[in-house]
Amino acid sequence: MTLNSIPSIDSIWNWLDAIPDPEIPAISLTDLGIIRDVTYEGDTLIVTLTPTYSGCPATSIINLDIETALRSHGIKKLELRRQLSPAWTTDWMTQDGRAKLEKYGIAPPQPSGGPTKCPHCGSQAVEKLSQFGSTPCKSQWRCTACLEPFDYFKCI
Amino acid sequence: MAADREMLFQFLLRMGDNSLILGHRVSEWCGHAPVLEEDIALANTALDLIGQTQFWLGYAAEVQGDNKTADDLAFLRDVWDFRNILLVELPNGDFGQTLMRQFLFDAFQSILLPRLTKSSDSQIAAIAEKANKEVAYHVERSADTVVGLGDGTEESHARMQAALDRLWPYVGEMFASDDVDSAMVAAGIAPDPATLRAEYDALVGQVLTEATLSIPDSDFAHKGGRTGKTHTEHLGHLLTQMQWLQRAYPGATW
Ligand SMILES: [Zn+2]
Repeated sequence: MTLNSIPSIDSIWNWLDAIPDPEIPAISLTDLGIIRDVTYEGDTLIVTLTPTYSGCPATSIINLDIETALRSHGIKKLELRRQLSPAWTTDWMTQDGRAKLEKYGIAPPQPSGGPTKCPHCGSQAVEKLSQFGSTPCKSQWRCTACLEPFDYFKCI
Repeated sequence: MAADREMLFQFLLRMGDNSLILGHRVSEWCGHAPVLEEDIALANTALDLIGQTQFWLGYAAEVQGDNKTADDLAFLRDVWDFRNILLVELPNGDFGQTLMRQFLFDAFQSILLPRLTKSSDSQIAAIAEKANKEVAYHVERSADTVVGLGDGTEESHARMQAALDRLWPYVGEMFASDDVDSAMVAAGIAPDPATLRAEYDALVGQVLTEATLSIPDSDFAHKGGRTGKTHTEHLGHLLTQMQWLQRAYPGATW
């Protein structure tokens, strides 16, 4: 690969932006804020990721998806690095990501520690069912207006 | 291994083995919890613990060298090489006992991990920073459940008191410091656990009071897990289950 043919960092970010989160496909990996850095060291592309939760079973799938996507765009020398500190926080989720989550039926994380409204009907009458939900990043809530249960993306 | 590396290795095994063995125990509840929400909560807690194990034992393997991995440490060591406290290897008992043990352990972690985020060892600080976020909601949940069941029905109260009576003698080991701890203190890597006892007693005392439970009078402590000197008979049984696949089919991968 000659220097001219090396894809720009911006292109890489765009490609990464098209990879859906394996557990919540409505949002992308960049929406989730887990990709911390994209850079070249010599002609090797280094993508640095941080896990959402220590035991998140999606971590290895995410690595595989990134590798598959970037290789399909012609990246040959690629290294994925894990960075634990600073620890992932829901503050890194993009505004776009939050809106997509809500549209998908998952209440986005809030600094107050709970959803502000039901993602289905918009009512503020909500109650917590359990601190844990279908994936490590979510808790279970219920709307007392429309009676629908929903997931809330925990704020950490 | 140089003496200071050996001490660091032992410290990392203690951290990793506590998470690993408790994570495995908690995972035994998967599909058996009294209600669906609790089943999911237990499985998620186990998952967090196993995830933290990968960091601790991953670093331990790195310190050990010889191209060892976290998996080698988890699946190819024998009982006497494990450095977890006895508390986490005890069988689950009933749901109340499982949650009481979780609370007694979470409370300790919630006090230790914030200190470790200031460790002179940057990898330990990073793992602690990550794990601490998870422990924060683990302890919130286990404390809530201990209060809910302790200050619950006559039956749930009696069971939680029995759980506390059974498990309290295993609390002291968390604070029984030795040479490894002195070496960690000297290197600025970790605090002497004995210095965390007052804060632990205050936190645990407050929650157990709210749960209308009485802490047993005796401060007798079963020890031998974190030094590896004497594990209970239960750890070997746990390992036969956990390590079965790697023992039967060495080197098997997904
Ligand atoms: Zn609603």
